[in-house]
Amino acid sequence: MTGVLLHAGHVTRRFGAFVAVDDVSMQVRPGEVVGLLGANGAGKTTLIRMLLGLIAVTSGRVDLLGGPPDRERRRRLGYVPQGLGLYGDLTVRENLTFSARAYGTAEPALPPALKAYADVLVRELPLGAQRQVAFLAALAHSPEVLVLDEPTSGVDALARAALWDTIRAQAERGAGVLVTTHYMQEAQQCDRLLLMADGRLVAEGSEADIIGSTTAVAVRTGDWARAFAALAAAGAPVMLAGRAIRVANADPAGLAGVLEAAGIEASLEPVPATISERMLMLSRQAKAP
Amino acid sequence: MTYSVRSATVRFGSAVALDDVTVEVPGGSVVAVVGGDGAGKSTLLRALAGEVSLDRGTVEAPPKQRLGYLPASSGSWAALTVAQNIDFVAGIYGLAGDELAGRRAELLDRAALTPAAGRLAAQLSGGMRRKLGFVMAIVHRPDLLILDEPSTGVDPVSRIDLWRLASEAAASGAAVLMSTTYLDEAERAAHLVVLDRGRVLVQGSYDQVRADFAGVITRTDQPVRAGWAWRRGRVLHEYWPDADPSNPPAEATAVAPDLEDIVIALSLARRDAVRS
Repeated sequence: MTGVLLHAGHVTRRFGAFVAVDDVSMQVRPGEVVGLLGANGAGKTTLIRMLLGLIAVTSGRVDLLGGPPDRERRRRLGYVPQGLGLYGDLTVRENLTFSARAYGTAEPALPPALKAYADVLVRELPLGAQRQVAFLAALAHSPEVLVLDEPTSGVDALARAALWDTIRAQAERGAGVLVTTHYMQEAQQCDRLLLMADGRLVAEGSEADIIGSTTAVAVRTGDWARAFAALAAAGAPVMLAGRAIRVANADPAGLAGVLEAAGIEASLEPVPATISERMLMLSRQAKAP
Repeated sequence: MTYSVRSATVRFGSAVALDDVTVEVPGGSVVAVVGGDGAGKSTLLRALAGEVSLDRGTVEAPPKQRLGYLPASSGSWAALTVAQNIDFVAGIYGLAGDELAGRRAELLDRAALTPAAGRLAAQLSGGMRRKLGFVMAIVHRPDLLILDEPSTGVDPVSRIDLWRLASEAAASGAAVLMSTTYLDEAERAAHLVVLDRGRVLVQGSYDQVRADFAGVITRTDQPVRAGWAWRRGRVLHEYWPDADPSNPPAEATAVAPDLEDIVIALSLARRDAVRS
């Protein structure tokens, strides 16, 4: 297990009859940024809570920094939950002091962008600044493992790029980073991706590995509105890109038939599928009897 | 029919939430407003919905009963079931009896919420709750549909459902204005508006925005001017506002910028202009 910071081996978690995580194996090594993808309810949060030792596994094994995720090992971990985990009724400096004492480390210096907010209550800060404070608090003790739940949700493109600079700097100094995201361009910032669906790990690797055999067809037509309505009525997984219509895993001949029957002229062209389209196909499979 | 906000300025005390913003929303298309926290997205949407009055400028919108609005907050009642929420709003617009039952069944089906019809809104997942809010906003077939961040925090599968619903509303003739923090979603709209600190950074179709982008973006490990560079995965991208695309800066590889690159580059240029 040398060199593996986070490890899950055949991990399963049940809540009553419900299987939230089903036989998942994964690992995070030093210096890599791993993206964890999946729809709501796919089991991402349950998996993370087991890796952090916040809930027990039903079966299988998790290792944090080479052993069970106990209090001692959790001191070497940095975690930014989706809700940020800050105290809204404390100021920025009070939050940082609290977290530094909890980890037994020195209080981090405020970067220039946050200096003006030092004595402002966290709940009165803009969301982007709150995220920066949460990152500072989680990084002050130079954690060996960093777990980030939706780290840049709601911030603008410039602030998102700055947060990714911070994440990358952590990986470059040797930390292993696990990031959950719903943002597909953010997934492309990761070194490696894991895709969960219905509690199972269904794909891992590069973006191309995640997309796998999923295909898509672009439908170009002068009458997108009618084409869209006709294809949706036929039950096709339709999406819109500008005024072009995309259909995942469709047979071009079948689509052509639907459009012809509706009297719509269109050209059909196979195009590379996206991660979102792979996820759409997975959720449709899960719902099918 | 085209609805619009023209030359709109909105101040809250000394803060300028919108600064001379003009946006048009034609019937039959989806217009996406994109920007971060505090960019002015909600204020723009609320101005068009008649929820905020302008300090300057004009609003052209249909009367309230022809307008559908999904606010950034939930938009449904937690203690009512999915069906009760729909019936309550439909009742306000005068739908009753068979007409209401038919419309309710149709909308539940399109939003894939039929199995959840009897569930309390409080017990729905984030994605399902946004879809319920959406259904409640279109129950009366509005001419103008305004959706405030319908997809924030929603997983990609529910997000596709929401986009399908918005596209279907546009396909049947409604003018749709929606805000989002996801740039890849904005690319999908017929027309996109990027807001930054209350002003329009750029707007147009995605193709237009790309074609009009001036300067060159290069890929690098070691930026020449740190203030003009940003992180993309393992490498950095750097913006050269005055460079000629046919003659990129020496020893650098030019990249074909996506919307993320364009928005960051234009934001940096604007910060620079404000400083000098």
